[in-house]
Amino acid sequence: MTNYNTHILICGGTGCKSSNSEQIVENFKSLLAQHNMQDEVQVIKTGCFGFCEQGPIVKVMPDNTFYTQVKPEDVQRIVEEHIIKGRKVTELLYTNPETQKHVSDSKHMEFYKKQVRIALRNCGFIDPENIEESIARGGYEALGKCLTEMTPEEVIAVMKASGLRGRGGAGFPTGLKWELCAKNKADQKYVICNADEGDPGAFMDRSILEGDPNSIVEAMAICGYAIGATKGLVYIRAEYPLAIDRLKIAINQAREYGMLGEDIMGTGFNFDIELRYGAGAFVCGEETALIHSMEGKRGEPTLKPPFPAVSGYMGKPSNVNNVETFANVPVIITKGAEWFSSIGTEKSKGTKVFALAGQINNVGLIEVPMGITLREIIYEIGGGIKGGRQFKAVQTGGPSGGCLTTRHLDTPIDYDSLVAAGSMMGSGGMVVMDETSCMPAIAKFYLEFTCEESCGKCTPCRIGNKRLCEILDKITRGEGTMDDLQQLRNLASVIKDTALCGLGQTSPNPVLSTLDNFWDEYVEHVKDKKCRAGVCKKLLSYVIDPEKCIGCGKCAKGCPTDSITRTDYIAPGHKLASMVINSEKCIKCGACLSGCKFGAISVQ
Amino acid sequence: MINLTIDNKPIQVEEGTTILKAAHQNGINIPTLCYFELDGMKFENKPGGCRVCMVEVKGRRNLAPACATDCMEGMEVLTHTPRVINARKTVVELILSDHPNDCLQCEKNGDCELQSLARRLGIKEIPFQGEQSHYNPGQTLSVCRDMDKCVMCRRCETMCNQFQSVGALSAVDRGFNAVVNTAFDQKLLNTSCVDCGQCVQVCPVGALTLVDNISDVQRALADPTKKVIVHTAPAVRVALGEEFGMEPGTIVTGQMAAALRRIGFDYVFDTDWSADLTIMEEGTELLGRLRKVLNGEQATLPIFTSCCPAWVKFYEKNFPDMLEYPSSAKSPQQMFGAAAKNYFAKKVGIKREDMVVVSVMPCLAKKSELAREEFSVDGNRDVDISISTRELAHLMKQFNIDLGDMPEEDFDTPLGESTGAGVIFGATGGVMEAALRTAYELQTKKKLERLDFVDVRGLEGVKCATIDFDGLPVKVAVCYGLANARAMMEEVRNGNPRGFHAIEVMACPGGCIGGAGQPYHHGDSSIIRRRMEAIYREDAGKPIRKSHENPDILTIYKEYYGEPCGHLSHEQLHTHYFDRSDKLEVVSE
Repeated sequence: MTNYNTHILICGGTGCKSSNSEQIVENFKSLLAQHNMQDEVQVIKTGCFGFCEQGPIVKVMPDNTFYTQVKPEDVQRIVEEHIIKGRKVTELLYTNPETQKHVSDSKHMEFYKKQVRIALRNCGFIDPENIEESIARGGYEALGKCLTEMTPEEVIAVMKASGLRGRGGAGFPTGLKWELCAKNKADQKYVICNADEGDPGAFMDRSILEGDPNSIVEAMAICGYAIGATKGLVYIRAEYPLAIDRLKIAINQAREYGMLGEDIMGTGFNFDIELRYGAGAFVCGEETALIHSMEGKRGEPTLKPPFPAVSGYMGKPSNVNNVETFANVPVIITKGAEWFSSIGTEKSKGTKVFALAGQINNVGLIEVPMGITLREIIYEIGGGIKGGRQFKAVQTGGPSGGCLTTRHLDTPIDYDSLVAAGSMMGSGGMVVMDETSCMPAIAKFYLEFTCEESCGKCTPCRIGNKRLCEILDKITRGEGTMDDLQQLRNLASVIKDTALCGLGQTSPNPVLSTLDNFWDEYVEHVKDKKCRAGVCKKLLSYVIDPEKCIGCGKCAKGCPTDSITRTDYIAPGHKLASMVINSEKCIKCGACLSGCKFGAISVQ
Repeated sequence: MINLTIDNKPIQVEEGTTILKAAHQNGINIPTLCYFELDGMKFENKPGGCRVCMVEVKGRRNLAPACATDCMEGMEVLTHTPRVINARKTVVELILSDHPNDCLQCEKNGDCELQSLARRLGIKEIPFQGEQSHYNPGQTLSVCRDMDKCVMCRRCETMCNQFQSVGALSAVDRGFNAVVNTAFDQKLLNTSCVDCGQCVQVCPVGALTLVDNISDVQRALADPTKKVIVHTAPAVRVALGEEFGMEPGTIVTGQMAAALRRIGFDYVFDTDWSADLTIMEEGTELLGRLRKVLNGEQATLPIFTSCCPAWVKFYEKNFPDMLEYPSSAKSPQQMFGAAAKNYFAKKVGIKREDMVVVSVMPCLAKKSELAREEFSVDGNRDVDISISTRELAHLMKQFNIDLGDMPEEDFDTPLGESTGAGVIFGATGGVMEAALRTAYELQTKKKLERLDFVDVRGLEGVKCATIDFDGLPVKVAVCYGLANARAMMEEVRNGNPRGFHAIEVMACPGGCIGGAGQPYHHGDSSIIRRRMEAIYREDAGKPIRKSHENPDILTIYKEYYGEPCGHLSHEQLHTHYFDRSDKLEVVSE
């Protein structure tokens, strides 16, 4: 066995991969070979580090140097300076935006300081395509413990005591779910992993599957042991090719190592996993729709009961858990329920992974303990709002969630507090918005998504959401009335009250939460025909200040609709008559604004 | 038993009872739209999709659909709170906001469940305006589709897939564009559709309707060069009265005959007569095959009945390898047409092309059956037009005829005299019972003591019986619904382990009495049950109850056909079947 003294970890997640991290890996390998160091330095392609804003990431161990935004051509410097001479390449280190100082160790970065990585424990540390690295970090230890030291009832008891709740959105207690399924006697049961991550911008599950697929394989086997199932199915989006590849590798390796298949670890327990591909329908993340889709039927939800625990895949008792939920399981088994439940709040234990996105400095994947405040996430981990602008709202829970405002910044985040605030945990999307976001337009954006993704089965979701969207469209076009606002609220409440599945029941949340938190902005759109964020084009008007206009006529030349003409007014001190915009003809493209060097044109 | 309260009224129900049923059992009505059940006939559509039957359940965050929520111990249900009424109203307003408001011209005007729901909820305006769905309209010879009116109740889909196992219709697309359609938006003609029309019978709105042939009848009646002959199927007379406000199961045979004369048909005949003729042919065919087997010769058993055109199309499409099983006898409609345009035309000296044969059927598949090429002579069809029970009622209403005011008159002769055996064709098991009455006597040469074969009666989906033919046990089965028929066909294909000799199949629930051309039953299976009772009442009241004793039938064999299954009857009264499985492929347009 080779004893390496240095390890170079390169992010191989989808984000960094698309920024050419594969080439970085290749360059490291060939360069190290040139220097004949391939037996001293190991190059490892890992899963996501989370700090996607700064990708591609290269980490050098054991001195824990965290290089950011590395390009393939930077590899030579890292090898020659850092690896050979032991001098860190400072230009590639992360710069703290406040202090403007280089930070070489991720532990000292604001982005990582407050994070607690349980589900993401191995992401960025190991080669996800090598089961041995997983085992070296404690992988399959929990499965061994379950199979050799615990009864299925004891496993379920630990899960219940840990307080782990479903990370897919609704937050159903995982242990209880397992127990319900375990109680049902059947000749065949199924463990189903829901990897149909569909919230716009969310990539928690993908990152876990890409970075640590063995944790999911192990957790599913543990679940199988606990509920009495011998078959596992992963329903995964076909749009996740890398995650699929790595999961397949993990499953195959686990079989080779006796961690899956017949007689696992010689204990007589049998369990194996197959993959099922989803075609990208958002509603198939709903467990009954997911099961229908796996059965080859139209992906649409049915009423519960019967719950999948009673009649699931092929009518057999099935336990459906989300990827992130499963990722927590092995650690809970090895470290114990008490340890896990010491993290988080009273009713929400452990951590939650969020995909931090929007107008924030540090975009990326973060894992934080439950109970952390939005302020900590946005201003400490997220590094605050981009361009020094003002925070306006944060959208959590994806299309099912709501928009929270400054008022909620100090709310400790957990399942219940988010629902109380009019949003929800969801699967963990978190989009931060500044004053350039228009809230009615944001609500419309999410509604358009829901309309697109509704299965069309129940009336409120099929037609109701469409009508909500149309009313919002009317408002953003400046044609809304106060009656429309009333209608919006009533319709949204009825949809919430009557829709068949979770998708429909939560789809009005973006509308209701923005109505609650940004009522003034709606009224402005309706009464004053104004969009304060300058987003709703129909409500904008481009105006030329005749006092500032020097009459150069550049704006008129650039106008695609010939909406700008010359007046006969010459401002004092100017030689030419000023220009004027015909608002009837103006299409608000903004070409004149960006072309005027004299600041004479403004948007009102 | 489970204790709960509905509207503060303490009630007790069996475990597994839904809130909807519990409420109905206790006199509390909750409106529904998508929910549809044929009680006792194993048909239930319960997608929980329309969200009209929402109720408040104390302790639950959201409203619950009464149709799909089981009662639980201690549950407190409120069915008409302001929150519930507002939700129901909003949901129906939403449906109406994506529905063409052309009620006055709509085929379903007055029979539309959405219309009556809107009226009951007091909807006076639709507060939502927006995009309307538009889909390509389409039709077969039997069924019209206007999916702009579809409310996504999924009844047709459940009917087509589960009850009939035909699989022509399914929900497609997503969100606002979701609709029930054929695969790849194919024309219904190019799909596995067999024209049973049950999708029309269950559609709550005007999305699926029948192809209306009333104007064809009016044109024929107005043409002085044509002699127009009408014949009415057994099931029509026990249902037509419903269209005129009479109780289901009212027998209106005599009034119907009088009204048809008033409308101007030249001859008013009875399909019951040709049902008797069918028994002569089919019964003889059964005995022929049976005797061959008894003599150790090769013959195909069991024999399947062939009266139901939807069933015929179904096995031509799905079991092309088993075309020798069904009886080659034509259906009563087509036997009538053949006899009318050959025997009767000759008898009264009317040229074939001057004769228009109109059938009144409980059925929509008959509209496409008469168009089959093999049922024409030089392009002239044996049966020219088929109208349904509902169309006949509309025709009568156009003539301002109230059926209840009509006197009772007899059918004309010689194609109007029938026996009780012909009448019972209208109910599931009837063809089998009629065949048994005749086959028994022909085989045993003994008089049948008890004419009622009760084992093959009733609304059970599949019924089996063994009849003692004087020492020879004859094993028969009767089923309705094409899913049941499919199972039977597969059983026979797998070696007929139960050794059936004859199997009757009808596509529609309860047989022709539940046909797609009958007055809408809106899921009330007691209507079908009462029609069935009427059929057997009519049979019991007939002086002659065995087909082979029908004097007019004996005459036609004497005067014209010679003998059942003879040369001429083979030519005119029997048919052959085609492999239509190729029609199932996807045709790009």
